[in-house]
Amino acid sequence: MPNFIDRRLNPKDKSLGNRQRFLKRAREELKRAIKEQVKSGKIADVDAEHNVSMPARGVGEPTFQPAGDTGERQYVLPGNREFAAGDRLPKRGSGAGATGAGAGTGQSEDEFQFVLSREEVLDLFFEDLELPDMVKLNLKESVAFKRRRAGFAATGSPTNINVGRTMRNSYGRRIALHRPARKELEAIAEEIARLEAGPKAGAKHQQRLEELRQTLEKLERRRRRIPYVDPVDIRFNRFEPQPLPNASAVMFCLMDVSASMGEREKDLAKRFFVLLHLFLKRRYDRIDIVFIRHTDEAGEVDENTFFYSKQSGGTIVSTALEEMLRVIRERYPAREWNIYAAQASDGENISGDSERCASLLHDELMRLCQYYAYVEIIDERETEIFGTTDNGTSLWRAYRTVDGEWPNFQMTRIAKPADIYPVFRKLFGKQPAVQVRK
Amino acid sequence: MQRKGAASNLLFEGSDWNFETLARAYDAIETVALEDLGLDVYPNQLEIISSEQMLDAYSSVGMPLMYQHWSFGKRFVFEDHLYRRGRRGLAYELVINSNPCITYLMEENTMAMQALVTAHAAFGHNHFFKNNYLFRQWTDASAILSYMEFAKKYIIKCEERYGTTAVEAVLDSAHALMDQGVFRYRRPPRLSSEKERERTRERLEYEEQTFSDLWRTLPTTSESSDPDAVERDVSERKKALNLPEENLLYFLEKTSLILEPWQREILRIVRVIAQYFYPQRQTKVMNEGCATFVHYSIMNNLFDQGRITEGAMLEVLQSHTNVVFQPSFDDPRFPGINPYALGFAMMQDIERICVDPTAEDRDWFPEIAGSGNWRETLLDAWANHRDESFILQYLSPSLIRKFRLFLLSDEADEKYCEVASIHNERGYEAIRAALARSYDIGANQPDIQVMDVDLLGDRHLRLQHNVKNGILLEEASRDATLRHVRHLWGYEVSLAGVEAETGETLYECSTADIEE
Repeated sequence: MPNFIDRRLNPKDKSLGNRQRFLKRAREELKRAIKEQVKSGKIADVDAEHNVSMPARGVGEPTFQPAGDTGERQYVLPGNREFAAGDRLPKRGSGAGATGAGAGTGQSEDEFQFVLSREEVLDLFFEDLELPDMVKLNLKESVAFKRRRAGFAATGSPTNINVGRTMRNSYGRRIALHRPARKELEAIAEEIARLEAGPKAGAKHQQRLEELRQTLEKLERRRRRIPYVDPVDIRFNRFEPQPLPNASAVMFCLMDVSASMGEREKDLAKRFFVLLHLFLKRRYDRIDIVFIRHTDEAGEVDENTFFYSKQSGGTIVSTALEEMLRVIRERYPAREWNIYAAQASDGENISGDSERCASLLHDELMRLCQYYAYVEIIDERETEIFGTTDNGTSLWRAYRTVDGEWPNFQMTRIAKPADIYPVFRKLFGKQPAVQVRK
Repeated sequence: MQRKGAASNLLFEGSDWNFETLARAYDAIETVALEDLGLDVYPNQLEIISSEQMLDAYSSVGMPLMYQHWSFGKRFVFEDHLYRRGRRGLAYELVINSNPCITYLMEENTMAMQALVTAHAAFGHNHFFKNNYLFRQWTDASAILSYMEFAKKYIIKCEERYGTTAVEAVLDSAHALMDQGVFRYRRPPRLSSEKERERTRERLEYEEQTFSDLWRTLPTTSESSDPDAVERDVSERKKALNLPEENLLYFLEKTSLILEPWQREILRIVRVIAQYFYPQRQTKVMNEGCATFVHYSIMNNLFDQGRITEGAMLEVLQSHTNVVFQPSFDDPRFPGINPYALGFAMMQDIERICVDPTAEDRDWFPEIAGSGNWRETLLDAWANHRDESFILQYLSPSLIRKFRLFLLSDEADEKYCEVASIHNERGYEAIRAALARSYDIGANQPDIQVMDVDLLGDRHLRLQHNVKNGILLEEASRDATLRHVRHLWGYEVSLAGVEAETGETLYECSTADIEE
């Protein structure tokens, strides 16, 4: 009989530490891979596990290795069918077609794939957005729970004892087991005292006294044996974590897709949309995303078209706002939906239209929206020129007036990923008092 | 009545296992192993683990205790990915050369598989570990687990004291030289006990603290221009440092001027682990062959006794045939010669030669052919050979024909490979010799040695690569590895490639020329 040991219940994830070390080591490569995936993937997909493949070069483990293309070697191989000594076989690498195959296998050895968990992906995604730690934590936490009362339990901590319920149980048990009441005992004790105090009479009197004493003792013993409160009576309040009530939200992504929005601008805009989506996903069970792009006319499109197809034309921003209004009226009544909107643009607009945009926001949209964020994507050189001044494009100046009046309107200029987060600061700060429409 | 008796003779029925059936099967297997095959094993410790734990064990090179390093994490994500994709199954077992011998059994295995695995690992591998001369001489089964525990704790302590990055840097460099960190010819010293190690460390620390250069009393050597004297100096100092030295890690640990005591200890840990695994790498074919042969014999024996059902036996055979499957060289599944297939076939062949030899066998193996004593012959082979010598000694012509082995010679400059020998009368010897050579780790790994260093002068460390058959080193990884040597040595390091036969220098490179 050998020594059997059941290790199945031992802690798992013995190599978790090693995995973290490896990810730290490969951080730069992974960041690049995640950035690529965010760029090419869908907005909603960021918040999930990711399958990344990375070249092994960043994490190579060099050793002295014989070079494959030098020297003489001898191989012993099994399965000879038609060869005889002296036969010559062309080498794999020499033919034109074969070189490709060789290179292909070489690459697949170098590249290797693995799955990053959601937390790890978000860590990498957040890295150059410069989010405060608390925000990161909040975004990574899946669902917020609140402890709610949920009936009673026979076990729990003393602080949670439910006195009423416990006493009710105790009372029932005392009745059922005929625990002598204090009144009963007192009556007997009183009678004994009366008899003892009274004149001493014959045997009958003595016998009566003896009887009473015995009854008293019996009752007292019974009383001691049947406690007033027994552990079986005790009931505790039970709590159950319940997810906080969430409702549905719709997120509008508005973007100028005219020729002036280049690759860099679109990439920044996309990160902005992803982050907003992550924020919203924490708070709502269900999020719809509506993509509206515009040039001089606006239209609702799918995500792919939104980010990748090109359209030419001028720029009339108000068309997008009107389209958004139309979609809200048709599909997302503000009574049932929390409406969030994010607009990205380079600030160009046809002259005279910016005022119209501002009035559309003032009069209708801001009443409907929980939150409206406008980002203007500018050149990094322009940051120095504009800084925080109110000067700028006509759209910027027009939106400035909205910004002053509505607390749930945010606007900012961004030139690099780190600029994105401040737009959300207010949104996040407001969170404790979030108003959920049912 | 008789039927009932037969049924109760069964060790188990169905595929579910529990500790009772495991123990019953173990006892039956033990009886066959010790009494019929005459095996001699360490006490067994069988541990049941889940698939995640198996993956964990994979990534820490199969040791139950291992220090932490990112490269193990890399291996883990790699294995994990393949496993999840279904591209690779997990091993059914894992066995550790220790005393008591620890065998991991996967909880997903069926009872038939558990029995097979017990026979394979707890008796086959275990017997090999205990009896093979390489393991007996070069590893210390009873000390390894406590040593690993020490290593793990020591590295955690270093990380706390000197920071993870500093420790990682030393480990990275040491891992790069792991292949050059074993004694191939000189027997390594036994692992000392915990207490002794502690004493050595204390002594080192004390020496370090009390070192004072003022006590140096040796007169400085006078500059001499006499070439004879220079030559003598060189050979003097080579002798003093015990050069040339094949174990680079050992040399760096003992001689490097820039390492702190804890860094030396880490080099030592890596070196000890490399040395511990060196016999396993030299006996892959024999070790697996032995275990496969043992499980095949034991399971068949139990089946003949009527102690396992036909269903279970079919499952065992199916798994067995998968393990010993050898695809041909042109098969897309061909990964090289399967050590299980070759080892098992050779051992069965030895049994056949002993029991039922042909005239050819009598020519080739006069000592054992027809002796009928296959158990003793195999026990002797398991104890006294490594892959190279085993193949050279026992690969028979009939097996070469069965595997249809052929020898391909490949010269880098030619546009074609040439078939040098095939499985015929003229080819047997050449194929057998070439196959044996291909299992000689010492001959196939780059032979790199420390040649010279002037500790009192410029401290330039000169390494020499003895080039065999014109096989050079891959340049990118060679340069990266040299940088690691430099990191541990602290001064310039150069490597010269010297043709082993002619003594002609083929290349030279130095860390001074390699961009950081």
